[in-house]
Formats: sequence, structure tokens, C-alpha cells
Amino acid sequence: MKIDPGNGLKLLCAQCRLPLVSAPVTVRYLGQAFPVELPRCPQCGYTYVPEDLATGKMLQVEQALEDK
Amino acid sequence: MDGTRVREWEARCVEEQAPACAASCPVHVDARAMLAHLAQGRFRQAYEVYARAIPLPSIISHLCHHPCESACLRAQAGDPLRIHLLERACVAFGRTDIPLRTQRPSKRGRVAIVGAGISGLTAAIDLYTKGHDVTVFEAAAALLPRLCLLGEQTLPAAVIEADLARVRESRMALRLSETVDLARLDGLLADFDAIYLAPGNGPRPDLAGWLDLDDKQRPIVDPLTFATSHPAVFAGGRLRHGDDGAPILSVHDGRYAALSIDRALQGASLTANRDNQGAYASRLYVDTSRHPAAPALPPDIGDAYGAEQAQKEAARCFPCHCLECVRVCPYLEHYGSHPKRYIREIYNNDSIVMGQHKSNRMVDSCMLCGLCAAVCPNQVSMADVCLEARQSMVDKGKMPPSHHEFALRDMAFSQGEAFALLRHQPGRRQSRYLFFPGCQLSASAPQHVLQIYAHLCATLEGGVGLMLGCCGAPARWAGREDLFAANLENLRAQWASFDQPRLITACSTCLRAFKDLDAAPAVESLWTVLEREGLPPRAASAPPVSDYAIHDPCTARQETAVQDSVRRLLDRLGVAHHELGAPGLGTCCGFGGLASFVNPEVADKVVDRRADEDPADYLAYCAMCRDNFARRGKRAVHLLDLIFGAAADPAERADPGFSRRQENRARLKTELLRDLWQEATPTRAARPDLSIADDVRADLERKWILEEDVRQVVRHAENGGARLIDPDSGHVIASYRPAAITYWVEYAIEDGRCVVYRGYSHRMEVGDTP
Repeated sequence: MKIDPGNGLKLLCAQCRLPLVSAPVTVRYLGQAFPVELPRCPQCGYTYVPEDLATGKMLQVEQALEDK
Repeated sequence: MDGTRVREWEARCVEEQAPACAASCPVHVDARAMLAHLAQGRFRQAYEVYARAIPLPSIISHLCHHPCESACLRAQAGDPLRIHLLERACVAFGRTDIPLRTQRPSKRGRVAIVGAGISGLTAAIDLYTKGHDVTVFEAAAALLPRLCLLGEQTLPAAVIEADLARVRESRMALRLSETVDLARLDGLLADFDAIYLAPGNGPRPDLAGWLDLDDKQRPIVDPLTFATSHPAVFAGGRLRHGDDGAPILSVHDGRYAALSIDRALQGASLTANRDNQGAYASRLYVDTSRHPAAPALPPDIGDAYGAEQAQKEAARCFPCHCLECVRVCPYLEHYGSHPKRYIREIYNNDSIVMGQHKSNRMVDSCMLCGLCAAVCPNQVSMADVCLEARQSMVDKGKMPPSHHEFALRDMAFSQGEAFALLRHQPGRRQSRYLFFPGCQLSASAPQHVLQIYAHLCATLEGGVGLMLGCCGAPARWAGREDLFAANLENLRAQWASFDQPRLITACSTCLRAFKDLDAAPAVESLWTVLEREGLPPRAASAPPVSDYAIHDPCTARQETAVQDSVRRLLDRLGVAHHELGAPGLGTCCGFGGLASFVNPEVADKVVDRRADEDPADYLAYCAMCRDNFARRGKRAVHLLDLIFGAAADPAERADPGFSRRQENRARLKTELLRDLWQEATPTRAARPDLSIADDVRADLERKWILEEDVRQVVRHAENGGARLIDPDSGHVIASYRPAAITYWVEYAIEDGRCVVYRGYSHRMEVGDTP
């Protein structure tokens, strides 16, 4: 799933001093896993979840899985 | 969920019962639906409703003796609806001459109808439209020969013709001037699979030997199925009723005999599912007192209604519904139906093994306040239904984790080290009483807990111990009977360790939790205690000037003694007050049942509607009710505000919000231990010091994010955890996942304080590259 990174690609990882890049990661909930692309530190792998995603699509999927 | 109990609940909800008009009609004309169309000027649709039940609509609209009007409940508020005249208006202004259509039956049969009267033709039309080969035998030269003799005054020939046209145009065989020799019934049975005998009034000795006859020489007919002693022969109409039989009874016999014949031809049961066949008394409850009286409108064109007058008369229909619970509960109204449907939906939701549980949120949006049962004529309690459904969801592992987790964490806080406490009165080693202020009063107004505890200690003999904690109601509301029982057991053990003192609760939810225990401890409400033992002396000195409307909490619905004490305490304080409707019939404040955590939209509707009932300031004696009103901008005070007075306007006190609630509880415990028991407690580290603008704070509350959750993120990030920098603003963006939720916070450290700009959370866990 392609995700709008918001301002994520402008952010810097504070420890690695590197800008985040879009990278494939897996998000998991209640035993289900989904591949998504999210802004991620290319060195330490710290991954940013934009607020619009967390309170939008991600919330919808969480609720759908909870009702399974 | 227990299927037997579910069916019992469903059966008690009467909303789907037929209205009195339809129930009293032998063929159940849905006059309520018909009048609803008429009132809107939809004459064609109104006619279709009528014609569905009446196969000869023009004729019957003239001849029916309208038992529906005698049953119409409008009579209790004016005059009964003139349904008979309205049926004629349907025919006059809405008639459509659609040819009789036929279905395709799985087994097509040949049916002989003996007698072309109302009953015979009704059966003929019904069987024909079901797709059977129908032959009508009539001894006279015309169809409906008896009606033709009634004369133009009673039944104009044009009216008869209007109904007969489509019979003649059909492919039914109409054999007029043909007498059937019933003494040769076997001959007829050789040609037909079934026979309906409707030859009119009179003894039929010619049937002797073929059918069992009664002492009047008429066939013995089963009143439910219209079967005779011969399996292929059915009978009805005036043969059964005699000349006094109303035309609608002939329709009734023809209709239900046709049903039996069709079932016999299909090989189906004649008797199954025939409840409420014919006229019966409806169980539908209708409160007619809520409708202002309205007299019937007279016919305006001769003895009939013109279209406009018919529309106005139809608009007098209430229409009949129960909906007592739906009317008073925004939650039941929100989902657009009524308990009978909801119960089925909830049971189906519970029974699903694979697929979406679409009603989870509905189940968890009920406030469990019991108002529905209190106003229901049959005490149907959606609270019982939803609570059992929640327990079942928990048992099956199907309770959505997000629904109650926040509330249960808040409960755990109150049960934990930060708040829970048990002490004898300072200087005493025994307690005759044990005061349990509960978690929400302590969270909302901790100073009132200090004040009222001091008063109880000064007033009551024998020592007043103090127990801080939570009664566990959130666990019960969340369907977590395990947590609820374990918590109460813990409280009971503490109470027992103090030699079983008399419990005093400030919260009616706690009162109920203790009272519901098996072998319940002696427990009493703070308000009845205060009424008996007296108010603090300084209280009466400054009664606030307002005439308060009293809001009783839903958990005190059954507690009339508590309700009465509150009113007498107000009298004693010299505070003017008035009722918000009947004391036991108020709505919830929206907090009950944890509905506000699952469905804030519905919970806000509930509190807003309650707040709008009266422009006066509200008086609550549950801290959560008071705070909920405050949260929605309704001026409200707590009874203790009036008892102890307040420097500022207590009705303006803001809802503390969930973060402050926990802080207040923790601070109350610290202060009590320090000031009353001289026990120093390690102060909890509330670091870093947060600076949060009001709008950000409100946004965090809305998202169920506590300030302590924010602190954890910042502590984690500032202690070397991963974090991001926004180069534009210089703000830090960091996350932390203490357990099942990841919290994100945008902040900046400015002058040693942590300024919080926003926060959000998600439950999904972000993993590694796949």
C-alpha cells in the first residue's frame, strides 16, 4: 500500500542525522500483517507514522480487524 | 448469548405487533400504512395497500362493517378514524386496474370453486394468482348474484362491475348457470384436485355420506384451515356464517381456505404458522395520552370524502406505535430501529463465527442505564441484552481491544498504589463505619472528600475508617465480570479486615455494586446518612441563589430513599429546586456503560438532550454526571458544592478531564496520608514538566491520551530513545509504545519545560522491512 508520507520525508533522524526515506515496512495488528511504504531512517530503521495515517486509514483497518 | 433468553426478550418487545385496526380486521388490512400514504396524498399507494388484503376492493369498501373503527385508538383522543370512508376514497382516487397476475407454483393444481359469491371469488382470485387452474361453478346466471340484488342505493352496479372486470378478463373458467350436483361429489373429485365449497347459506343434506355434517346439515369445517372431513374438500363463507355473516367474514374464509388449498396442493402443513389468523386483540402498547384530541372530519361530498378531506382525515392517524424506549433514549434512536430488531441483530452478531461483527459498536454504545426498561410496558431492558452480549464478546475473545482499554486502565489506576488506601479514623483502632468516596468524586472534587470525611468523623460515633479505590463498575460495564468480581472481592476482604463496618458510599454506582454482592455488606448512601446525622454547621449559612433542576444519576434510578434524602437536604439548605420529569425516569449523563469511550457522538447526544430539558442550573449528586454536564457547557453543581459552599461560581467549574482526574486522586491520597495520618509518601515524579495549550490539551483528551502518556514519550526520547527532528520548526517528534498503543508526540524543550504541540496514537505495530 502506498502511503502519503506527509512531511515525513523532510524529517531527520536525530541520532543518525539522516533524512528519512520511503521504505517498505510491515504493520501488524491482531495477528494480521500488511506491507506499506513509510518514511524510515535508512540507517537505524526508525519509522515515522504520519498523524493522518494513524487517525485515518490505519484507524479504519484497526477497527475492521477488531470487528473480525 | 442464551438463545432462549434472547427469544424471550424479543417476544416482550411489542413494537412489531400489528396496530389495533389491522389486528381487529379479519383479513388484516394495514390501515396504518394505508392512512400514512393517504395523509401524504399518495392515493395509488394507499389503494395498493388496501387491495393487497382485499381482492374485491370496490365492493368491500362499500359493504364492510369496519370493525377496525371500533378498535381504533384515536377514539381515546377524539373520534376513531373514519377508515371505512377512507377506504372508499382510496378506491375512488387511487384505483388502478391492473390485470390479475399469476405466479408459478411448484405444483400446479386444478381447483373447483362452488359458488361465485364473495367467499368463492376471493378464493378463486387468490388461487388463480398463485398459479392454479381455477374453475368457478355458479348456479345463477351472473357472478355475485346475491350482491346484484342489493340495489343501486347500497351497491351500485358500476361498483360490482369494477371488481368483476378483471375476473372476466382472466383465464379462470367461469361456468355460470351450472348447478353442481354435490350428491355426485366423487364425479367432481375425479376432475379436480381440490374443491372449495362456498354455495351460500342453507343446509346441505346432499353432502351426507361424502362429508361429516353437523346437526343443521352443514359440513363440519375446521375454523383454522377450513378443511372438511374429506382431505380435498374445503368449505366456508355464508355456508359457515349464515345470512348474518358480514361480507368481510366471507373474504376471510375465502382467503384462508385458499391458503389451505394451496398448501394441500404443495404438500405443506395446513396448520403451521397460522397464529393471529382472523381478528385478534393486538398487544401493541400505545400511549394515546401524548396526542391532543382531534375530532373526525365529516364527509364533504355527499356521504363520501373528497381527496383533500380524505387526506386531512387520514392525517389524524397517530400512527399507533409503542417506541416508548426509543422516544426517551438517544442511543436507541440513533440506530433507527427498536429493541426487537436490535435484540435479533445483537444475537446474530454474537453468533457469527467468520466475518465482520457489525454490531459490536452498537452493543458497546448502550449506557446500561435501564431507562428503557423503566418506561417499557413489558420491562424490556436493552441494558440486560447489551451487558450479556458484552460478556459473551469478552468470553469469545471478540471484544474490540480499543473499546474499553482506556477506561479499564483508569480503573486500574484507582485500584493501584497511587490511589488505593485503607485506614481507621486517625487516632482510632476500630471503625464502626467505613467511608468509600469512590474514584470519580475523588477525581473531580478531592477537597470535598477531605471536607465530608472530616464531617463524618466529627459526627458519627465509633470511628469512621476510609477506603479509597474503585468499585469496579467500569469492569462490569466492559463485560469483564472476572475483573469486576476480583476487585469487589478485594474490597470485601479489606472491609472484613476492619471487622465489617457499615459502608457509606458517596456514589450511587458504588452503592449499587456493593448492594448487588451476594451476602452484601451493610451499606448506605452518604446522602441518607447526612439527612439523618445532620449537615456540617457552616453549610446553611450561605445558600446559593438559584432554583436548581435535579438530575438523578441513572444508578440511583431504583434508590427512592436516596432521591428523597437529596431533596430534603436541599430543603434543609434552603436551596430552591425542581424536578426534571419523574425522579426515576431521567436519562443517563452519557458516561454510563462506558458509552462515551466507544461512541462519543451518541454519548454527547445523550448529555446534550438531557441538558436541554431545562434552562435552570442542574444539581447532580454524582460527580461524573456533574462533570459531563460541565464538559458540554451546561451549568451544573454537585450537592457537595452547595453543602460546603464555594468561593467561585461552582456551576462554572470545568470538567477536569482524565489526566487531571488521575492527578487529583493521587494528590488526595498524598494529602490525606500527610495531614491526617502524618505519613510521608514518596512524591510521584511528574517529570518532565509539561506546557500544553488549552486546545492541544482538549485534543489529547478527545484522543484518550493522558498527560502521563505524553510524559512517557518525552522521557523515552530525552533519555536517548529514537526521535525525529523537523528541520523547519526545530520540534522533536518521538514515539513510545509502553504496551498495546504507540503514542506520538511533537514537542520542544523551551526554558527547561516541555512544550507539547500535538499528540496522536495508533494500535498497529510497525515492524521491520518485510
